[in-house]
Amino acid sequence: MSFEKEKYAALQREIDKLKNEPGALMPVMQKAQEIFGYLPEDVQRYIAKALDIPASDVYGVATFYAQFNLEPKGKYIISVCMGTACYVKGSQQVLDKLEEVLGVPAGHTTPDGLFTLNATRCLGACGLAPVIMINEDVYGRLTPDQVPDIISMYH
Amino acid sequence: MAMVNVTIDGVKVQVEPGTTVLEAARQAHIHIPTLCHLKDINAIGACRMCVVDVGARALAAACVMPVFDGMVVKTNTPAVREARKAVLELILSNHERKCLSCMRSTTCELQALANDLGVNESKFDGKNIEYPLDTFSPSVVRDPNKCILCRRCVAVCHDVQGVGAIGPIHRGFKTIIAPAFGKKLSETDCINCGQCISVCPVGALRERNDTDKVWDAINDPDKIVVVQPAPAVRVALGEEFGMPVGTRVTGKMTQALRRLGFDKVFDTDFGADITIVEEATELLGRIKNGGALPMFTSCSPGWIKYVEHNFPEMIPNLSTCKSPMQMEGAVIKSYYAEKAGIDPRKIVVVAVMPCVAKKFEAERPEMEIDGMRSVDISITTRELARMIRDARIDFAKLPDEECFDELVAQSTGAAPIFGATGGVMEAALRTAADVLENRSLESVEYHEVRGLEGIREATYTLGGKELKVAIANSTGAAKRLIRRIQSGEANYAFVEVMACPGGCVNGGGQPIVSAETRMDVDPRAARAAGLYAEDEAKTLRKSHENPDVKKLYEEYLGEPNGHLAHRLLHTHYVDRSVK
Repeated sequence: MSFEKEKYAALQREIDKLKNEPGALMPVMQKAQEIFGYLPEDVQRYIAKALDIPASDVYGVATFYAQFNLEPKGKYIISVCMGTACYVKGSQQVLDKLEEVLGVPAGHTTPDGLFTLNATRCLGACGLAPVIMINEDVYGRLTPDQVPDIISMYH
Repeated sequence: MAMVNVTIDGVKVQVEPGTTVLEAARQAHIHIPTLCHLKDINAIGACRMCVVDVGARALAAACVMPVFDGMVVKTNTPAVREARKAVLELILSNHERKCLSCMRSTTCELQALANDLGVNESKFDGKNIEYPLDTFSPSVVRDPNKCILCRRCVAVCHDVQGVGAIGPIHRGFKTIIAPAFGKKLSETDCINCGQCISVCPVGALRERNDTDKVWDAINDPDKIVVVQPAPAVRVALGEEFGMPVGTRVTGKMTQALRRLGFDKVFDTDFGADITIVEEATELLGRIKNGGALPMFTSCSPGWIKYVEHNFPEMIPNLSTCKSPMQMEGAVIKSYYAEKAGIDPRKIVVVAVMPCVAKKFEAERPEMEIDGMRSVDISITTRELARMIRDARIDFAKLPDEECFDELVAQSTGAAPIFGATGGVMEAALRTAADVLENRSLESVEYHEVRGLEGIREATYTLGGKELKVAIANSTGAAKRLIRRIQSGEANYAFVEVMACPGGCVNGGGQPIVSAETRMDVDPRAARAAGLYAEDEAKTLRKSHENPDVKKLYEEYLGEPNGHLAHRLLHTHYVDRSVK
């Protein structure tokens, strides 16, 4: 609880620094995400109140930009490359299989908080297409049937 | 300042610097089509419907493009026509085109443009996302399937009303106009003012339709169904039948209500006169006894909910007076029922309001007396018009003869002006002045409090004392005024606030005035003029001089603000702020 309080205090310090600048909303939201790891509803409401703007403005920006997370991030971030080379080599099927195995659509976190599944742009390993990354680990030349075994290594 | 010369489709016009191409074109009698533009409310150049050739490489959006001297504009070239058609075809490709059953059919700006521009089939039948309707608010229905993302509702909700209950959510094809956090509108701090409905060009925002409930009541032989129309309805209803904005149709309205089958036609104007007697008494009491000042008016349910969400610390400053609609309902189910010898539980009170927030107000538990609602159904001016059309009544040909019933319908000139911003203030001043001066004053008009500016102030010396008053219309203006009061910058005894800009005449339940018409006519001013004419036409113009109101107090209520008056005519409020 006091840990939560400290986070809000840290956020308030950032808001105090930024609040009189034009266009303060985006940097405040970025700081909030650094502090909380993501942007829960309560934090968005807090920002709205502090900046004297409607909550719909904050939520609108939070849902517009891919950089903002509305859910906590998992322990393992799975990035599925959707760049041209990977896509041509079947990364969509790999992503479909990951969604099936994890039970969450891309952009979301599994209920146990272990995995966050993201579709991303080119990871720069086109020679290994199709490629996924799980945190810092790279898996290349994947086929969908390899997905369950890879995931089970992280359980 | 030097005027700017512009040539539009070969027609030379002179306009002031800063004028947009859209406005300048109207001087050349060219009506450039628009969708997202709404005069004084939204000019963002987003929909690209208004593109014109200004001699540049790309077409320009006329609604945001300022003119310059020597500018040559072409509004009807093949390229312009093709671009506009493409825009319309794209908008139509994911618009739910169920025009036959749409509430806005024939008042839809998208439909009108598709007809005018000859876009009669959809070229692109692409992907569509089907959204559930949000029908949980008692006032506003949201239908994202019909939304064209013009953002006129967002502009009015954020910039005019200072509420921001809805906004653009997500991105690109998935963008919708919705409340934050996936909530229903009823779970937000939406004040139910319905200004979003008034400005929606299509059927994406509309009122909850309660006309079937009214028909059911009328057709129930065990019910006595009585109706009370609000002041602002009588200067707007005619528009639904092709009459100019602001036409007074009080007589025709009462005739139509009778023909629809209401057992009694009463008048919210009578409730307005009672409101003044109660509210003026309350104000003078607060001044005398050191009560919470300034006292705020409490007729506007959107304003009340706005205070409950955003300024709960100001709740003690709200007058405890119920609105005229609730007072009228309460008096019908007590005084009238007793006089007529009717069981009040058999009476169904239908209110016709310029307002969608009244639907919420009617359902407030605080408004119940002995477990009974004072107003059972509240419909809008638009819903009444639909009932009249449904009943095939030739409204325009009805006689202009008022046919109100006796006892709780007569009103003074102080009542109709409730529908215009500043009207409640003026009506209250007429009564308070007589009390403070201890005589009947001859002058009854207080022109300082009339007008359309967001905030207006005036100071009067009455009975040797200074009375400082202020008026705010739109909750956005009210917010600015409250901040000034809270900071100590301003200080008043009495403040009138109406949630809607211009007051009830421009309420969210009034006939839709298209963006095109708004370029030339301000519905707030045109309808208010009708109400002030109604006031001038009355012999009695002060609420406390209404003979039926006097009778009500003498024979039933006793003293204004007395015990029974408090039980029936006063209420309390709820802190709805998020802690």
